[in-house]
Amino acid sequence: MSEAPTPGGPPIPGPDAAGGSASGADGRGGTSGGAGTPPPGGDGAVSATIVTSATGGWGELTKQLREWRRSIERRLPPWWTRALAALLIVIGLVAPFFFNQASNFMNKEIIALAYVVFALGLNVVVGFAGLLDLGYVAFFAIGSYCLGWFGSGFFFKANLHVLVSPYASSIPGIHLNFVMILFLAAALTAFSGAIIGLPTLRLRGDYIAIVTLAFGEIIRVFAINGTDIKIDGMPVTAGNIGISGTDPPYFGGTPFDQLHFRPWYWTIFVLVLITLFVNLRVRDSRLGRAWIALREDEVAAVSMGIPMVRTKLLAYSMGAAFGGLAGAFLGSYSTVINASEFQFGFSIFVLAMVIVGGLGSIWGAVLGALLLANINFYLIPDVLNPLPSELGLNFNLTDLQVSIFGFLLVMVMLLRPQGLLPERRRQMELEEGIGETEMMEPASG
Amino acid sequence: MGRTRAPLRDSLARSVEANSLVPRASLVGASPLTAIRRAVGRWGLIVALLALPIYYLVHDLVSGYPAFVNGHSVSVHDFTYIASNLVEGISNGAIWALIAIGYTLVYGIIELINFAHGDVFMIGSFTGAGFWVSIGLGLTTGPIGLLLGLLLTLIVCMVVCGSLNVLIERVAYRPLRNAPKLAPLITAVGFSFILQNIGLLWLGGSPAGVSDLVHENDTVFTISAVVIRRADVLAIGVTVPLVLLLTWFISRTRMGKAMRATAQDPEAARLMGINVNTTISLTFLLGGMLAGAAGLVYALYETTIWYFQGFEAGLIAFTAAVMGGIGNIRGAVLGGLIIGCIQQLSDARIGPQWTPAIVFGYLVMIMVLRPRGLLGEETREAG
Repeated sequence: MSEAPTPGGPPIPGPDAAGGSASGADGRGGTSGGAGTPPPGGDGAVSATIVTSATGGWGELTKQLREWRRSIERRLPPWWTRALAALLIVIGLVAPFFFNQASNFMNKEIIALAYVVFALGLNVVVGFAGLLDLGYVAFFAIGSYCLGWFGSGFFFKANLHVLVSPYASSIPGIHLNFVMILFLAAALTAFSGAIIGLPTLRLRGDYIAIVTLAFGEIIRVFAINGTDIKIDGMPVTAGNIGISGTDPPYFGGTPFDQLHFRPWYWTIFVLVLITLFVNLRVRDSRLGRAWIALREDEVAAVSMGIPMVRTKLLAYSMGAAFGGLAGAFLGSYSTVINASEFQFGFSIFVLAMVIVGGLGSIWGAVLGALLLANINFYLIPDVLNPLPSELGLNFNLTDLQVSIFGFLLVMVMLLRPQGLLPERRRQMELEEGIGETEMMEPASG
Repeated sequence: MGRTRAPLRDSLARSVEANSLVPRASLVGASPLTAIRRAVGRWGLIVALLALPIYYLVHDLVSGYPAFVNGHSVSVHDFTYIASNLVEGISNGAIWALIAIGYTLVYGIIELINFAHGDVFMIGSFTGAGFWVSIGLGLTTGPIGLLLGLLLTLIVCMVVCGSLNVLIERVAYRPLRNAPKLAPLITAVGFSFILQNIGLLWLGGSPAGVSDLVHENDTVFTISAVVIRRADVLAIGVTVPLVLLLTWFISRTRMGKAMRATAQDPEAARLMGINVNTTISLTFLLGGMLAGAAGLVYALYETTIWYFQGFEAGLIAFTAAVMGGIGNIRGAVLGGLIIGCIQQLSDARIGPQWTPAIVFGYLVMIMVLRPRGLLGEETREAG
């Protein structure tokens, strides 16, 4: 693949494309297109703004870094990626020993890891399959309610206990083991993902966005008004009051509570690892390639024999299942499942993580999720907000936290439109964007 | 989807269907199943849209609705209730239509869901409410003064929101013209947050009441017991001229022609000597101006404003734009009116807490029955 062509507008092979492939062919060839920043200059009609030229400089820098990294990679033994992965996993596992396990920081990092699972799930739908999903909050809600239904005293008339802690066994309600609930949540969200996907099959691009958004809002309304829907005299949800007292996970006596964050951390860390593993394997599988083919050109993919319905629905289901896992975890972790959490803003927040990280890039989604969750949950409320008063200023930064977050989003996207860690192999396709199918591929070098 | 069909044929059928209004069934051949499909494709949408009003109309006529006549609670059997629902729905929908046009114009020209648009509308409400206080409009102002004052406020709102929209486009979208398609979506979200924060700092976090300048609930006239309120007259009276003006501008003037050309093919438009960037800025200006007008009408209509109204209205208006067929101005107006009616019916009959679910349920149904919106989309990809 060559350099990203044509800075001036939608690709028309012209002088720019020629320039692009020329610069792509100078020895770096094959894989150097990753930086993906358009070469500086362009047609006269599109004025080169300050920001685009800044992007150009940034792109040069990243290109240098990538060259440097590649030259190191060539000297490493072939098993180095596995060794690195093992090292990172070990570091991740022992990391909580270096922090106070009742600290606010641990608390926020656990939430951030849950958002990594969300972002990885949404990345399957939006990044791999190219289906813009604005209703991802639905799966957060369904996963959370799954935990609320099957792991709390909410259905007070029922009495079912399977492998739960002695305390949970002593109270009425349905109490299943946490792992069983995870499986249930994944299954239920995968099913609802397919249901939500069904009406979008004939739709294109942003129509998918609005239909998924609609489903997210419908689920939210049902979550709020679930108190009016009764099964055997018991409401389905607790609306804005919330299902409280959800069971913590139970693995034979390990303490899971607000003073012991380490077990929580390990639980979500394992969930992140599972999600990552599945994502990496699926991306390189037949299914993953089918998703990308559908994303790039639906008509061509279908005529090559890719089953459109099944492939798309699998993308929805799989993305949804991860959302359900993380939702169930957060439901247990926050001990309350409140309908007011399931706002459209959540879908946008997770989508921002995926796009800021780099659409379709697994490590980008991880980075984007860690970054945005930390900025939103830790950096702004816990680090920045007390700052003015510590400096002796009579100024309340809390009032500005929404716009600080918004400003950061704008700046990140202006400086790195392709995301922080763009998917190297698919940089060129991403340049064309989701849903655009009729464009010719520019000549690749 | 029960039949087995060659994938290529399926996709061909879809692409043919996309470009014409011929139902898919006619390409495959006739059988009872396809006849049903054809009937659903042709009539399903109309049936779905009429189901709610007709059901409640029959319900009113047959079982009646409770009303107070001379202080007595009686059951009335007539059209009045449903008609007043629909009148309120249309006037409310007129506001959504104004906002939806902004979405549809921007989407038509640069294929961006402008998430900040709803918040521009919110700023319009805030500007209007602030400005009319500062020029001394109050509940005691005479009719002529009120009319002139509100006209001035309308112009100020439109100018402020139009410039704001142009500014946002210049800062947040133009640098990303050639970036991956979803990048400007995120800067739009970022600007939406920033505008919401401005609104939060401006009037605080809870809904603020504004003075009911036009006495919105006063009756202007009645058509066989259906009350037309001042608010209804206001919403229709501002929306209709603005929409007519906009349609005239786009279909008759040189700049409107440039807008249409750019929406069809920016590259070719540029080769024809059209300044694409100016045209896009103009589009944002028009969208912002309509949002500003909608903001003022909303403030007068609802008499409460708050920083989160833009988000909610934006969601509804975007839904309206998609429902009517995105990129299509008539579609946006139609979508806005339909959503207004559905909302009013649902508020009055089913319960306001279910209204969003009903509106979005309708949206999903319309998308299933007519994937390109009610009047068909007018975007590049639609050809």
